[in-house]
Amino acid sequence: MITLLRAVKPIIVKEFRQIRRDPTSLGMLLVLPAVLIVMVGYALNFDVKHTPLVIFDQDRTAESREFLDKFIQSEYFDYKYSAGGYGEIEEHFLQGRAKIALVIPPRFARNLIAGNDVHVQILVDGADANTASQAMGTAVRLTADYATKIVAEAFARKGKQLYMPVDFQPRVWYNPDLISSKFLVPGLIGFIIVLTAVISTSLTVVREKERGTMEQLMVSPLRPFQIVVGKTVPYIAISLVAATAILILGYLLFDVGVHGSLLLLYAAILIIILGALGQGLLISTVTDSQQVAFMVSVFSSLLPSFLLSGFIFPVASMPVALQIFSNVAVNKFFLVVVRSVMLKGAGLDAVWPQFVYMVIFAAVMLGVSIKRMQKRSM
Amino acid sequence: MSARRNVILEMVRKEFYQILQDKRMLLVSIMAPILQVLLLGYAATTDIKYSTLVVCDLDRSAESRAFVRRFTTTPYFIGKYAVERPEEVDPYIEHGTANIALIIPRGFGRLTLASEPVRVQVVLDGTDANTANILLGYATQIVASYSQGVLAEFQTLMKGARIARIVPEPRIWFNPDLRSSNFMVPGVVALVLMIITMTLTSLGIVKEKEIGTLEQLMVTPIRPYQLIIGKLIPFTVIGFFDVLIVLGVARFWFEVPLVGSLWLLFGLSALFILTTLGLGLFISTIARSQQQAMLIAQFFFLMPFMFLSGFAFPIANMPRIIQYATYVIPLRYFLEIVRGIFLKGAGLNELWPQALALTVLGVVIFTLSVLRFRKTLE
Repeated sequence: MITLLRAVKPIIVKEFRQIRRDPTSLGMLLVLPAVLIVMVGYALNFDVKHTPLVIFDQDRTAESREFLDKFIQSEYFDYKYSAGGYGEIEEHFLQGRAKIALVIPPRFARNLIAGNDVHVQILVDGADANTASQAMGTAVRLTADYATKIVAEAFARKGKQLYMPVDFQPRVWYNPDLISSKFLVPGLIGFIIVLTAVISTSLTVVREKERGTMEQLMVSPLRPFQIVVGKTVPYIAISLVAATAILILGYLLFDVGVHGSLLLLYAAILIIILGALGQGLLISTVTDSQQVAFMVSVFSSLLPSFLLSGFIFPVASMPVALQIFSNVAVNKFFLVVVRSVMLKGAGLDAVWPQFVYMVIFAAVMLGVSIKRMQKRSM
Repeated sequence: MSARRNVILEMVRKEFYQILQDKRMLLVSIMAPILQVLLLGYAATTDIKYSTLVVCDLDRSAESRAFVRRFTTTPYFIGKYAVERPEEVDPYIEHGTANIALIIPRGFGRLTLASEPVRVQVVLDGTDANTANILLGYATQIVASYSQGVLAEFQTLMKGARIARIVPEPRIWFNPDLRSSNFMVPGVVALVLMIITMTLTSLGIVKEKEIGTLEQLMVTPIRPYQLIIGKLIPFTVIGFFDVLIVLGVARFWFEVPLVGSLWLLFGLSALFILTTLGLGLFISTIARSQQQAMLIAQFFFLMPFMFLSGFAFPIANMPRIIQYATYVIPLRYFLEIVRGIFLKGAGLNELWPQALALTVLGVVIFTLSVLRFRKTLE
């Protein structure tokens, strides 16, 4: 161990010096987590509120206004325009100024009082499928609420009290207010690590290759394993700093604390860093230019960990083939661990399968890349 | 005149030669967009389907079973587990084996008009705020419609009263099946165009800086504007070529309807490219190495643009201040254009505000970048 350290130390020192000489890149690697966490925490929100609404009221009575008020007062809709016909609604949809429209039929109030069913049209711009389906669901629910109110009033007139037959009591665990940032911030740790570790490592090695200094390292008495250690230690340090920064910022800004064991969390972080570094090294052994290395890193690690890991889009909703494929994104397993430990306070007994996978991933990545480097040097 | 054009032509030829020489680079710029569109088309789905449900039915009546069936006959819930006691649902939620639990109390089947409401409990895992939110919405709708059914039965028991119902009639325009891919895939067209033109441009220029060939070019009689045009044309061509590939995949693989005019799409793409090339140039003036250029492009432009342009997250949900910030993001306007043309068949009549915004941004960004680039050359 001590001999290893002695042999490797010069590379580490050199690597650190190189990083320090490029303060812009270092600054970016460290500022980045802060920028991302602010953006992700504040700006990203899937729950569909404030959908711009157009109203086409062909009745214009106290009743129709009372019904429409339910929508206007709701935080789910922003009442933007009132239209005089379907053409106007279409115009608003085409220009993207409104996403949902309510059409109140003529004689809405008269029919209601007479006890005839009325049909209220809900027109939705379906281009954004997620917004559309959620906004539509909310609109249907608000309509049902109003209909129930009418029924209740009718019962009251008969001198009967009406209970809603089923009292619905949702209990949400771990994140009772359903705040998106509690979900996204832990995921961000994995994302940042993959970004910094895979991309930086692959680039720094390929840069040496481009400049021909890699060959100099290869002919030195250092063994490939030692070169790898020397090259990666600085990036382990940077990644750890970045992860810690997110943990602290997440706690200060978004109140996302760690419910479980901090030690377990850092063990997971260290393992994923090693895996990511291994992947970066592997990429550097198959590419010759920084441009290509970057593109390969983006497509083999950044995109999968953004799209396939469940960071934002739930894995369970993907087609089965893609769900199987999603296992290549080691981040998928890391995310389960981080979210369980941070939000649920889970222990190793709950997340050990994910740990095993992560260890295997790291071992394979590091092993293969060291093997490949050995071959090169011979 | 022709001599000048020849200089530019020579530059373009040289650039293309360089790009074509790097076989991997070429492969990446063809494969990357295909991979990206496939991934996003399949993975970036926000529809929540097939969530696992654990049921604790304490009533075991025909009514309670019918109530549970209301959940399991939707595509959203799969009734996987059934337990005897309410406490037994906890481990399922804790370990994430089930997303949602339903607890039905005794006496559920003996609901009468006079009786107190029955308390149906729903337990949700809130770690994934978005999924939980959507599931909660579905559950609320199911319970509301069940309650309505029960109320309707009560009504028939009350003689003489005819109570009107309000029937919501949802209609979805432009994307009647609410397919996520119809929304996401056209967005990828915009994204790919931006990634390719912006990143590759900045890298291409910084590479010459790194190798020192930019200085060689400076001492030749080539004028700066010729240099800029010569550098930009190849990446524009590659960008458009990639757009064609992605359009093909979108149209024939994902069967996204292309309702509007393809020529309008190309025309407005040219406006968009003005902004991305300008940004690419700008990045090349501040980055000293390819690594820096990639980091800047990736983190200060691509990621914020992806998050804040409405590509996946609705802008209407963001805090006000961030909403104002999105006005300077060219991708925001281009996404509206691409989606408008693809799904709604929008023409210039509807899209002129976006086109105008792109023109203004394009001219400003491009001019400033060119000025800055010339200054760094001198």
